Amino acid sequence: MTLLYSEVEEELRSSVRGLLADRCPPAAVLKRVESEPYDLDLWKTLAGEIGVAGLLIPEELGGAGASASEAAVVLEELGRAVAPVPFFTSAVLATQALLPTRDALLGELAEGRKTAALAVSFTASPYAPGRGSSVTVDGDGRLSGTVTGVAGAEVADVLLVPVGGDLYAVEGASVEVVPSLDLTRPVATVTFEQAQGRRVGGCDLAAVLGFGAGLLASEQLGVAEWCLETTLAYVKERHQFARPVGSFQSIKHRLADLWLDVVRARAAARNAVADASSISVAVAQSWNAGVAVHAAEEALQLHGGIGMTWEHPVHLYLKRAKATELALGTPGDHREALASLVDVPGPS
Amino acid sequence: MNEAEIKERVAAFLGEHDPSGDRLEFLRARFDAGLAWVWFPEGLGGLAAPRELQQVVERELADTPQINGGKQGIGLGMAAPTILAFGTEEQKRRFLRPLWTGEEIWCQLFSEPGAGSDLATLATRAVRDGDEWVVDGQKVWTSGAHHSRWAILVTRTDPDVPKHRGLTYFVCDMQAPGVEVRPLRQITGEAEFNEVFLTGVRLSDDLRLGEVGDGWRVAQTTLMNERVAIGGAPTRRGGGVMATVLSAWREHPELRTHDLHGRLLSLWVEAEVTRLSGARLREQLAAGQPGPEGSGMKLSFARLNQALTGLDVELRRDLGYDDWAFRRSEDVDFYGRGPGYRYLRAKGNSIEGGTSEILRNIISERVLGLPSEPRVDKDVPWKDLPR
Repeated sequence: MTLLYSEVEEELRSSVRGLLADRCPPAAVLKRVESEPYDLDLWKTLAGEIGVAGLLIPEELGGAGASASEAAVVLEELGRAVAPVPFFTSAVLATQALLPTRDALLGELAEGRKTAALAVSFTASPYAPGRGSSVTVDGDGRLSGTVTGVAGAEVADVLLVPVGGDLYAVEGASVEVVPSLDLTRPVATVTFEQAQGRRVGGCDLAAVLGFGAGLLASEQLGVAEWCLETTLAYVKERHQFARPVGSFQSIKHRLADLWLDVVRARAAARNAVADASSISVAVAQSWNAGVAVHAAEEALQLHGGIGMTWEHPVHLYLKRAKATELALGTPGDHREALASLVDVPGPS
Repeated sequence: MNEAEIKERVAAFLGEHDPSGDRLEFLRARFDAGLAWVWFPEGLGGLAAPRELQQVVERELADTPQINGGKQGIGLGMAAPTILAFGTEEQKRRFLRPLWTGEEIWCQLFSEPGAGSDLATLATRAVRDGDEWVVDGQKVWTSGAHHSRWAILVTRTDPDVPKHRGLTYFVCDMQAPGVEVRPLRQITGEAEFNEVFLTGVRLSDDLRLGEVGDGWRVAQTTLMNERVAIGGAPTRRGGGVMATVLSAWREHPELRTHDLHGRLLSLWVEAEVTRLSGARLREQLAAGQPGPEGSGMKLSFARLNQALTGLDVELRRDLGYDDWAFRRSEDVDFYGRGPGYRYLRAKGNSIEGGTSEILRNIISERVLGLPSEPRVDKDVPWKDLPR
């Protein structure tokens, strides 16, 4: 077990970072958020040319047979760019749910020919997997009910719906995008009215959400890193009182503390993929979610008035950070889980 | 050298030396076998082996006589690496062996009443007199000076140049005439620190460490090692002060509240991510890619220690204190004393070895590349600085 990055991971990082620098600068993301937030051309290139969609899928099923650790590096980069692509929802969450079934759909997902979404509320957690869902299935395999707050649903070709320990593949449900806090990963209300589903196998939804939560810590790390680096660059440039703002001790100390939080977020994220135990995941989520929000809030404050404007991209990061704080369990949910995992019982 | 080879060395050493015999003889032999600090050169307690192999040695020798890490902390953590980096061959041979075995205890004559965080302002003078130096001045916050044989000492040898440039570093003989140690009673009641008065103390020139005027650079080596020594030790999950608080928590369910529970869990997470980043830092060092993370370890350690010891006192709802007696401690008995002592002693963690404010300055300037604040003392000779 190592907490460092391998050479292969660093190579993967640099291809993803290079592509995102060309195709997905903050200005481009900003431009599309109000009309068509997702960049499906970019997703096609990421999936087809770099092969990120099949990272978690074994080679014999058409994927790259990589580990969570490589997927985590991709998430760091996508977080740094708040890239509007369905990697986390399709290639991580939906794929992880589908893996035990070894369904042929995995091959299509790996090549990026199809995109999937897990029809689960993004605020469900390993501790409350059914949150936001009222879906039931009848004797003929028809699904009915609603799931609120589903991320990635509107760009999915197929929805994977967990109901009562089984996983169904459904095409043709009603997907209604709602105004979302996170502009770069909007959520939708998904409604099934006697929709015909194909049972693809069993599903341990809590385990899938736990796996996703562990990886989400890497996306949060990427968000926090961008906020810290962008703010550092800004306070070195921006002058007030005839000095760079970044030469004032009150600013320097806040950034030193933030750096230390980010350093620890990196260790926590790496640990959550090296050792995917419930403890590691809960530690990473309870720390990294807060660090991403804090980094974005500090970035906004230290940019002064410009940070409060629509034209500066820091708000995209704040919105992503705040949304992922709620996703797959809040920091408080994860700390509460730790209480029993590490034997720190509460008052009776 | 690899893990298997070092294990063979340890086994061969144990074959020749009986750990149940004389403690000091055993420790001396261990030093001579290069098993004191494996990464040090041969003949100086080491084998010029990779540093991470020391952990293997410690594991293999866990049941043998041990050195006293608490009492010897300054010698081991600060004096030894500085002597190794700047000492002459003669100095290394003279000092390192008794330092490691604990036959000679060391202290650190750095801070002064007028020079703490701004250490380079220090005023203790050393004036050359033939082959000797004559030292006059006052030092403060000197832990363990009352039982030390030697000290590492920074002095001013040239008042006419800017403050960082006029310093010279020495090994000070604590038994020399003119060295006077007076206890400083602390908020805990005990006297672990001292004031040290140096009056006409004569030190021979062969006690000088590094070049005349190069004392600031030598001191930087000491200070960097000090911060690693304070914050960089490996811990197990839920270990250290956390273990003490957790056992109180588990043993006294009647004292638990929802508020304490929430705060304890937050600190548990912070301790765990801090532990993980320490582990990651050690991996980086072992892989030969040292990261800047080390700068933050002492800062995190101080914050956590203070928050946890404060919570511990609050949790127990006990207004008592174990012992206010004014006594001269041998070392910091952090775990042997009560929660009140730990709370008060931990207040020093963000002051000793560089205040948290100084460490934040170091991180922001050296790691993050932020500009320094305007300096008024930069090109001014030390003697012209306002004091």
